[in-house]
Amino acid sequence: MGKVMLEVKNLKTKYVTRFHEDVYAVDGVSFSIEEGKSLGIAGESGCGKSTLALSMMGYYFPPLHYMSGDIIIDGKNISGMDPDTVRKTILGSEIAYIPQAAMNALNPTQKIIRFLEDVIHAHDPKKSKKEIREMAEARFTEVGLPLDALDKHAVELSGGMKQRTVIAVSTILNPKVLIADEPSSALDVTSQKLVIKMMRELMEKGHVKSMLFITHELPLLYNVTDDIMVMYAGQIVEKGTAKEMVFDPIHPYSHGLMGSILVPEEGTRGQKLGAIPGAPPNLKKPPDGCRFAERCKYACPECFYSSIPERPFGEGRMYRCLKEIDELKEVYSHE
Amino acid sequence: MSEAVREQKDFTNAPLCLSGKGVTKVFGFGDKRTVAVDHVDFEFHEGEFVSIVGESGSGKTTLSKMLLGLSNATEGEIYFQGKLRDISNGHKKKEYWKGIQAIFQDPFSSFNTFQKIDTVLLDCINMRGGKNLSKEEKTKLMTEACNFVNLKFAELTNKYPFELSGGQMQRLMIARIFLLKPKILLADEPTSMVDACSRATILDMLLNLRDETGMTVIFITHDIGLAYYISDSVYIMEHGKFVEYGKADEVILHPQAAYTKRLISDVPKIHEEWDLSTVDLKADA
Amino acid sequence: MKNTIRQVFHSPKFVGGFVIFVAILLTMIIYPLFNPGNPLQQIGVGTFAKPGTYVSLYDATRAQTETFRLPEADENRLAASLTDEDRVAMVEYFTAVGVDITDLDTSDTDTLLQMWEDNYDPSVRPKGMTGARVNYFKRLNNSLQDLKGGDTVIIAEEGEDGALLESKSISTTDYVRTGAVANVKTLPLGTDNFGRDVLKELVSATGTSIGIGLLAGVVATLIGLTFGLLAGYLGGFVDDFIMFITNIFTVIPGFVLLILISYSIGQEQRGAAVVATVIGLTGWTWTARSVRSQVISLRNRDHVNLSKLSGHSLLRIILTDILPYIASYVVMAFILQVSSGILAEAQLSLLGLGPRTTEVPTLGLMMNWAMLYSAHTNGSWWAYFPVILVITLISFSLNLMNTGLDQVFNPTLRD
Repeated sequence: MGKVMLEVKNLKTKYVTRFHEDVYAVDGVSFSIEEGKSLGIAGESGCGKSTLALSMMGYYFPPLHYMSGDIIIDGKNISGMDPDTVRKTILGSEIAYIPQAAMNALNPTQKIIRFLEDVIHAHDPKKSKKEIREMAEARFTEVGLPLDALDKHAVELSGGMKQRTVIAVSTILNPKVLIADEPSSALDVTSQKLVIKMMRELMEKGHVKSMLFITHELPLLYNVTDDIMVMYAGQIVEKGTAKEMVFDPIHPYSHGLMGSILVPEEGTRGQKLGAIPGAPPNLKKPPDGCRFAERCKYACPECFYSSIPERPFGEGRMYRCLKEIDELKEVYSHE
Repeated sequence: MSEAVREQKDFTNAPLCLSGKGVTKVFGFGDKRTVAVDHVDFEFHEGEFVSIVGESGSGKTTLSKMLLGLSNATEGEIYFQGKLRDISNGHKKKEYWKGIQAIFQDPFSSFNTFQKIDTVLLDCINMRGGKNLSKEEKTKLMTEACNFVNLKFAELTNKYPFELSGGQMQRLMIARIFLLKPKILLADEPTSMVDACSRATILDMLLNLRDETGMTVIFITHDIGLAYYISDSVYIMEHGKFVEYGKADEVILHPQAAYTKRLISDVPKIHEEWDLSTVDLKADA
Repeated sequence: MKNTIRQVFHSPKFVGGFVIFVAILLTMIIYPLFNPGNPLQQIGVGTFAKPGTYVSLYDATRAQTETFRLPEADENRLAASLTDEDRVAMVEYFTAVGVDITDLDTSDTDTLLQMWEDNYDPSVRPKGMTGARVNYFKRLNNSLQDLKGGDTVIIAEEGEDGALLESKSISTTDYVRTGAVANVKTLPLGTDNFGRDVLKELVSATGTSIGIGLLAGVVATLIGLTFGLLAGYLGGFVDDFIMFITNIFTVIPGFVLLILISYSIGQEQRGAAVVATVIGLTGWTWTARSVRSQVISLRNRDHVNLSKLSGHSLLRIILTDILPYIASYVVMAFILQVSSGILAEAQLSLLGLGPRTTEVPTLGLMMNWAMLYSAHTNGSWWAYFPVILVITLISFSLNLMNTGLDQVFNPTLRD
């Protein structure tokens, strides 16, 4: 077992709306990532996966509020730190974050090298411009980005190139954890492949110690990460290796989700897709029992009121359901 | 994924529903002249489920606007049910739009947020000449349409579209098509902004709609896996041209054009390995 | 809709502006009930009577008197009679004769008079003082002696033979109750150059000006909205043509245009309504431009396409699919137009190109009159300052409401 790079214990965060209502977006999430590993989070929009990414950085700004739980990065607990300390000591060097529209977040009036200077100076104000340029050139060469991009403005780069530049800039300080929230969703498949390849290179060369990858595209997640967690209504409902999750999902929700995968491969044409009717519950008042019960085909009355614990099984797997594994597999096989 | 595979029907002998010859759209003049759609030919048959696959900027949305008659082609002819399409005045356009309808990408901007759901559905009944039906008959029709898309009409009355989720809104759009019963449905990325689970539901409903009414569905998408799953025939579009078209099985499983091959190999898959080793990071520079 | 209105009334800025505006409107409605009559009636003969309560002297001498011996009566009388000019002159004299005036408070009449008594010597001619000045101080001394002496005022009547007969003597201790005097008139803001009650005029002028603003706003918004909608939705040639006209109107400074049109209409034809329409006719370009750009971004939205596919007519699409989306925007533009309409009227009238002066007062006309009769140079602040204050308040309240609405309707401005 490798060294644990990121550990999240029972993290709870909430949003406070304009009308002072609490929305429990992340409700008791625990997981860990070892060195050299990548973890994927799958789920519908609104399930809390992007909020989880924001919460993990310890960078809290209204309307997002920290409630309880621990975020431990390489042995250092960052939960409850004030945002300013987090910005100076954690972001960039410990955690790098790439949001979906990252490529549009670059100030169009600045050259790329300026962003690198900003990132490095936030942690080491003494570094000279020459040293920074050397660092940047070394890294850009390594990940196959053209060196002249350093002196260009963001608008002069193509979409895929911009996204790769953003990744190169945010990982220049060799972070322990890279959080990528839909980093390639806005790109064409060809650019997507380049972005993923580059992230994988960064991991392989040890510049990035571990990665948390968030996307709603399951085939992509399957190909990018070692492990996958499925999130539903602010909670993790199932966890396992990518292969196990795609080919052997246990939780009824994961089962439905995996059944909806569409890829251009022989035999997928015209098959029945796993559709789940209904909508996720309102997180202002989360249900007492299983959060998925309302939409679950296999729910029994007990599911609606008894709280469902995380149930570990196999090698590091977990699922959150009242039913036994065999029971669920039995029903799936009859479908 | 265990149920029987839907069989591949042959539409080559079915009558033509919509076809085009040399359809072209040019924007701008001089230096700014861009050819968005470049002399494309196509033949969509009655009852066929056709996908037009292309990446962003390939001209698929421009083509869809021309097919819908929302913008005019710079060059080329479009034939509707064998006859040259004539949409030269408002009245003729109205007639044409009785035969072709659309579902758009973004459900949140597809509805007039100031109109109640009843108004939207009633409007469809009126358009189909049901203006003089009694109130009960109208309600019956609307309930039927909502049932078809698994929505409860009784719960929707007096509600506004924005009170629904994205998936529910797209289903309401399908209910609208169900009431209008056009010859052709043009669906422009109807599932790209909804969740995987709602997506499956919507695709199923579109297939059912086609089977029940025999309408031609033109499905525009960037997702080649989705196109393969749902369509009878596939048109692959690159830079305003169709680089390859044919039956879904043939095009996806045995692609001929280089672009199609690249597109398919670049999409992550689950049974075949997604090969990143050949990717050259410097290629993009 | 209900929710939007609720949100609007939760915005402190909007509510602030709304309260001020409603207060002005209520004053406009309620004040004339207590003080009816023609606001342009000349109640006085002289110009610029100071604000205050006026008591008829004639009636006061005939009113029943009471005798009071108020302790400070003499002092107050002296203080009121001794003008500021006299006080300054006295200080000048003290300085000239070398009296220490370091602790002297010129408003303290008693001390001042006492010092005068102690130091004034008509026989002494201070160094460097002109003869004329010495004589002035002699006269000042005499009038001060008069002030102190004389206990009664005698009122005389002309007898049959032309001789004056004493009819009544008024002692310094005689008082009349204001209620017992037949004619008392309170003028909180005095009178203007024509001897008209400024407050009454102001209330009436505020009403007229708001009316002009509203009419100008309606005209400008209607023209701007129609042009903007047509240009934005139809595009192509119509757009080019309308934008050509709009650009012409934008390039020529609106105010110059306004002056030229007002001048060419001629004094006789310029009623309040005509002026308002002219203001509206020159102020629509801004609305047209912004409505057009909003419509352009809306016209390619899917719901508009869907409405077209449903076979709806152009008018119906504009009314049901475009207009509701820009309604909040148009309301805000309208409020700004009203505010700028009121200001434009004030500017025009100040130049003498406002509504003709015989019928109704407007805020601009009041300023015009005050300026023509030099109210600003002769210190008659009440003739123009309240007018400025009212214009500012109306403008402020409307802009405040607009900012409040902007915050509600424009999500990027929300905090």
